[in-house]
Order: sequence, then structure tokens, then C-alpha cells
Amino acid sequence: MEIISTLPPELIRMVFAVIIIISFIFLNAIMMGYLERKIAGHVQRRPGPMEVGSHGILQLVVDGVKLVGKELLVPVNVDRTLFRLGPILSFTPVILPLLVIPFSEKLQARDLNLGLLFIVSMTSINVMAILVAGWGSNNKYSMFGAMRAVAQSIAYEIPILLSMLAVVLMANTFSLKEIVGAQQKIWFILLQPLAFIIYIISGVAETNRAPFDLPEAESELTAGFHTEYSGMGFSLFFLGEYTNMFTVASVATVLFLGGWHGPTLPYGEYLGIVWFFLKVYFLLFFMIMIRWTYPRVRFDQLLNFAWKYLVPFSLVNILITAVVIKL
Amino acid sequence: MKRYFSDLFVGGKSLVDGLVVTLKALCQPMVTVQYPREEIDITPNFRGHIDLVLDPEKNTFRCIACGMCERSCPSECIQIKGKKVEGKKKKTLSLFTLDFTKCSLCGTCVEICPTQALEFSNEYNLAAFSREAFHYDILKRLEERII
Amino acid sequence: MRESQFQEPNRFFLNMGPQHPSTHGVLLVVLEMDGEYVLDPQPVLGFIHRMHEKMGESRPCQGFMPNTARMDYVCALPYNHGYVSLIERKAGIEVPKRAEYIRVITSELNRVASHLLWLGAYLLDLGAFTPILYGFDDREHILDILEDVTGSRLTYCYYRFGGVYRDIDDKFVEATRAFIKRLRKRYDIYEKLVTKNIIFIKRAENIGIISPDMAIRYGITGPNLRGSGIAYDIRKNEPYSVYPEFDFEVPVGERGDCLDRYMVRVREMEQSLRIVEQALDTLPDGPVRSKVPKKIKLAPGDCNFAVEAARGELSYYLVGDGTSVPYRLKIRVPSYSNLSCLPELGEGILLPDLVSIMGSLDLVIPEIDR
Repeated sequence: MEIISTLPPELIRMVFAVIIIISFIFLNAIMMGYLERKIAGHVQRRPGPMEVGSHGILQLVVDGVKLVGKELLVPVNVDRTLFRLGPILSFTPVILPLLVIPFSEKLQARDLNLGLLFIVSMTSINVMAILVAGWGSNNKYSMFGAMRAVAQSIAYEIPILLSMLAVVLMANTFSLKEIVGAQQKIWFILLQPLAFIIYIISGVAETNRAPFDLPEAESELTAGFHTEYSGMGFSLFFLGEYTNMFTVASVATVLFLGGWHGPTLPYGEYLGIVWFFLKVYFLLFFMIMIRWTYPRVRFDQLLNFAWKYLVPFSLVNILITAVVIKL
Repeated sequence: MKRYFSDLFVGGKSLVDGLVVTLKALCQPMVTVQYPREEIDITPNFRGHIDLVLDPEKNTFRCIACGMCERSCPSECIQIKGKKVEGKKKKTLSLFTLDFTKCSLCGTCVEICPTQALEFSNEYNLAAFSREAFHYDILKRLEERII
Repeated sequence: MRESQFQEPNRFFLNMGPQHPSTHGVLLVVLEMDGEYVLDPQPVLGFIHRMHEKMGESRPCQGFMPNTARMDYVCALPYNHGYVSLIERKAGIEVPKRAEYIRVITSELNRVASHLLWLGAYLLDLGAFTPILYGFDDREHILDILEDVTGSRLTYCYYRFGGVYRDIDDKFVEATRAFIKRLRKRYDIYEKLVTKNIIFIKRAENIGIISPDMAIRYGITGPNLRGSGIAYDIRKNEPYSVYPEFDFEVPVGERGDCLDRYMVRVREMEQSLRIVEQALDTLPDGPVRSKVPKKIKLAPGDCNFAVEAARGELSYYLVGDGTSVPYRLKIRVPSYSNLSCLPELGEGILLPDLVSIMGSLDLVIPEIDR
């Protein structure tokens, strides 16, 4: 006990926060996997997983056990270091953005005054993981996936940043907590609808979800960058993808949907998390629905869309925002 | 320029329309059944593998071991043997096997049978671990039904 | 084989298939690529060759009936139809009118089922997961209807020389009418989910343009040919069975791109439903099978019969030598010619477009290899 009391309280706080967040990441992946399959099932007029547990609720747990139990296959002729590094790179950086996200007024691991920039920089490491995995696999299909991921990520980072900037101009801060605080009266989605739409579209593209799932594109590239991965390597990519989705949705909630704000609850400074999660999972539901509705866009169309539509529109949006605020 | 904006609006509307379709489907009842737990009734006209007809009057098969089905089968999957029994003029059926792994369910044997001694079974849940499990002894299957 | 091209620093070969998700079966396409651009796609056939033609030449003609359904298993009844009609023409067998009507009804239902499956599979190639299950939902109704009368769900062996295996009853007529009503209601869903979808249109429009001249050069038939604007349909141009008695259109496209081929198939489904409706309305009474000798002798000389299968012109060519075993049986399948244009179509396009084109050609690999 004495050792603990000698440690700085901030460190203990961070360690606890990281532990909670890592366990939440796994929980979230299991929930999202289940939701995804259930929604996909019902959209296609079939029940989805039904066998393991009541209504298949334990299906993802069983799948997880299976994936952990599988052999970590490393094919010959791959770059062994990069091949192993890929999944780890994809999984580690996704923890960090969650540290600065204000789940509720008092539930935030650390409030950085440049929180938004921190999140953007951390989420863009994900593309590194895909590049490393695709390159290291020494497979032509994986290589295609990796190249696509890089181009796609560069193209979509810009509209994301520009749409965020519009909100930053309104709130006059980069700190996520203060951005949420600025939405006490009115959510930014009402003031910045265009920025919200641009952010959501780019967010879906940033997480490599259908209809922008070009790095995986199973009908073209079999499985894209993770073609060669099995077992835990494969599931780490999945964890990364679902956590990235969660991050994108929670940043959208913070920036546009008023974060923890909602009808007053007892212990509001903590229970605001309920509203936060409701909003986040609504957005995630929307992202899942999109995946099971649309065909995949082609690679050049995706880039065209980013450069011809999203970037000009978000620039115009910023310009108008700046002028209106100045007035 | 016109194309630029029309693509945006028409395209955007089409995407919303598509989403409405899937959202509606999300709320509609399922059309599939949980197969091993529930089963759909199969039509009586279903053509499974062949079986010998159980003649209700004689309480045995009608087959006269003429071998027409054996000869007509395009895949040569039927094997028939008849033997002489004391006191009877004609041969009686002593062996009737079907190699279902080769059968293509064309129904020629059922149609060609002069005594209508063959019928299609209604079994479709067929799975086994070995090839030999599908070498059916049709005569034995009939004898089991007699009892 | 193309050693010298390896010298080019940026070029490489990519094996697409035989276990690739969008080759729909065991087809290998060897792609010579430069980055994501396909320079030269070469299909490699023969992975699932089963010697159907040789089987047809080694047994009495009745014995080949089940084989016909196993070439194009997605749309098997026109294959039955072509073969029985061939033997009937060769041996001079009369077919009762009611049997011909039943053949037309079931063949057209099978064509609708095939197009529905194609629609889903094509959208799956383009990355949309849901349409294939809606297509299966509708297709399942057709399979149920056909199962009730033919006894099987996929590889039918329903037609017989001189008629059909079993007569249809009121239940069949009722179920078919109910299905036609249902599918017409479902068009709206497909239109909103697929046909009007901007992403789909962008993926299919102006992709893989087959000019009329090129289509004729390669012997492309069926919806792929009609998509290029040539109204050639065996049912109209070389009528067989009782098709002349029905009023239906032959939908054609304008540009010959993937979208036109898609639209032609969608509109063809409606035309097939119209044929089925008319046939049900005017269904004559009578026997469904005429007397046929047990052993059909195939007189010396050759004989040909072509039908319109879901994928194009299917023609059987037979040479007899006086016995009941054909001396030579040649089957001209539509997918083989339809695939043959791929090297020219796929020159200098992106890999996703190649997937889109292969999907729009509606290839059934076991039919190509037979």
C-alpha cells in the first residue's frame, strides 16, 4: 500500500483508465460484432446468429475463443517482422484516442488542450498498420489493399480535418471537453449540418467500412490486406476496425451531437455517459446499415468524390463559418 | 457543372431510398427457418432416392426382378438379383441395391418399371461420414417397413 | 509464354482464381497487370471439365437426360428442353400441345430464377451483400413451385421425349399466379435498392462496352448481345416450341455496357412473366406425353436444335448412325462465347471494372467446361 501512496495520483488514474478502456475495447468489439451480424441478418430477412446462447448472444465470445485458439500461421516468404508488427500496430494506437474522449463531464481520462489534434494523429496511424500488413504479407492482393488504404486515408484525412475545423472555429478551442461545453444550448449539428455530413462520410471512409472498404474489397482482392492473416492476427485487425468505428462515432458525438448533454439525469456529471453512448451507438447503427445496403465504390471514384465534392464543400463551409463568426 | 450538382442530389436521394428499403426490411419478419430445429414440409412429389413400393394387398414388394431398371439406369447404380424359389415359376427378388453416390435422380427406373414396383422416397436430410453409407440395400429397407 | 513482357519493370502477373470469390466457380483468369490496371486478362478453362459431350456419345439418348441439367445448373430446364426437342426432331416424335405449354411455362420460370440469382451475384461482385438474399427470397418461391411439379430443386430432369414427366395441376397454376403477383410488387425494392442506386450506376455505366460489331465477332448471344442493341432472340428469330403463340418483347440496350446488360435482364424477367401468364391463360387440355418407342433409333444424318437459355443461344448438334447411341453430340453453350470476349474487353481497365464486367457477362463455369 505504501508504494501506491508514493506514486503520483495522476499515474494511478491513467493506469486505471487504460485498463478500463482496454477492457471496454474488447467488450465493444464483441457487441459490435454481434450487432453487425444481427442487423445484417434482419436486413436480409434472416435471424443472424441464433445457436450459441439465447439469440446467439455468446456467438462472438465463442468466435473469439476460436480465433485465439488458432495457430498463428506465418507463410513462407513473408517479411516476418513486418508481418507480426501489422496487427499490433493496428491495435495499439486505437486505445489512445479513447483516453481524451469525454464520456461524461467527469469521466475523461485526460483532457488535453489539443485533444482533437491528438485524436486525428492517433487514428491516422491505423493506415500505417494496413500498409505494413499489406507490404509484409508478400501477396499481390494484400499489396493492392495496402496501396489503396494509403491513398484513401490521405484523401479523406483532409475533409475530416476541415469539417472538424469548422466546429473548432465555433467553439474556439481544441479541447474536447470545452467543445462539448460549448454545446450546452444548441448542438453543433444544427449549426453545422454540412460539416456533420462530410465528417460522417469521411469517417466511414477513414475506418475502411463499406461502401468504402476498398483495402479489404473481398470480391476484388479476396480479403485485401489481411488475406494472409489467421487467428489472433486477424482478430486484432477486427478489434482495430471496430474500435476505430467507435472512435469516429464518439468524436462525431463530441463535435456535433452535444456529447453527454441530454435530459437531466441524477448524478448528471457521471451518468451523462448514458446519453453519450446512446448517441454513439445510434451512429454506429447507421454505419452498419450503410454497409449492408450499398455496393462498393470504385477506387478512383472514391478519390474523385473526396477531391471533387468533400474538400471543396468543406472549404466553402469553413469560409462561411469564419465569415459568420467574424460578423 | 450541371452534372456535378445533379449527381449530388439525384445520387443522394437514391442512397436515402436504398437505406429506406433496408430499414423497412429490418422491421419485417424473417423468411428463413432455423433449419435443424424447424423444417419446412416437403412436397410429396419430391424425388429422393428410390424405394420399393409396399403392396398393401400382398404385404410385400411388387418387383418381379426383371432387371429393366438395372439396364435403363444411365449411371449403372442399381443392382438386382433374383433367385428361384421352390414352388414358384418365376424368379423372386433376392437383392436390390442402389449406389446413391452415382444416382442422378433422373427417374428413368421408376418410369420404366413394368409393375410400378418403384417409388421415390421423400428423404432429403441425407448426410454421412462414409461413402458406403449411401450404398442402400433397398430390399432391406422394404423388409423393415413390412414389420 | 510471354517471357519478353517480364522485362517491363512494372508489369506482373496476377492469378485471379480458381478460388477467387468473384470468378463464380473454378475459372482462372491470368491477369497481366501494371499496378491496378489490367493489361491482358486471359481466361484459363478446364478445371471442371466432365466430358458431358462424350457421355452423350457413349450411352442411349435417354441416358443423357440427367446430364443436360448439370451443365448450366442455374437454368437447367432450357437445357432439358433443347435436348428433348433435338431428339424429337431427329426421331420425328410428336409432342402434345399441353406438354409444350408446360415446357414453356417451366422454362420461363426457370429463366426468371436464373436472372434473379444473377442479379444478386452481380451485386455481390460489386460489394453489395443484401440484394442476393432478396433475390434468393424470390427465387425460392420459383424453386418451390418447380419442385412440386418436377420433383427436384436445381438439376431438373423433367422433360421427356414426347412430353413431360408429370402434368401440372391447379395448385401449380395458383402458386405461379401468386408468384407473378408477388414478383411484380418486389420490382420496387430492386429498383430502389439497386437500379437507381448512384453507386451501382457509376460502377456499371460505360464499363465494358461491347459494340454490336464486336458482339457478333465473338458470337456473343443472349442478354449480353441484346444489351449491345441487337434484338436477336431464338424465341423470336428461330421460334421453337409454342413461343410464336405468345406476345412478348425482346428488350435491347443502347450502349452495350454493364448497365445495359443489367437492364436487359431485369426487363426480360417481366417479359418471361408475361409469357407465363399468357400460357397459363390459354393452357390447353389433353395428354402431356405421347407414345414413344422404348428404344429410339437415331437415323443416319445430322440434326440441330437451338433454344434460348438464360445466358444465350444453346444449341445441340447431333449426328446419328442408325443406333440409339448418338455418333456425335456437340453442345454449343452460350457462356463459352460470352467469356471469349474478355481479353478484348478487359484491356487497360481497372481490376474492379474487370470484376464488374465478368459479373455482368453472367458466366456459369460448369457450362463453359461441360
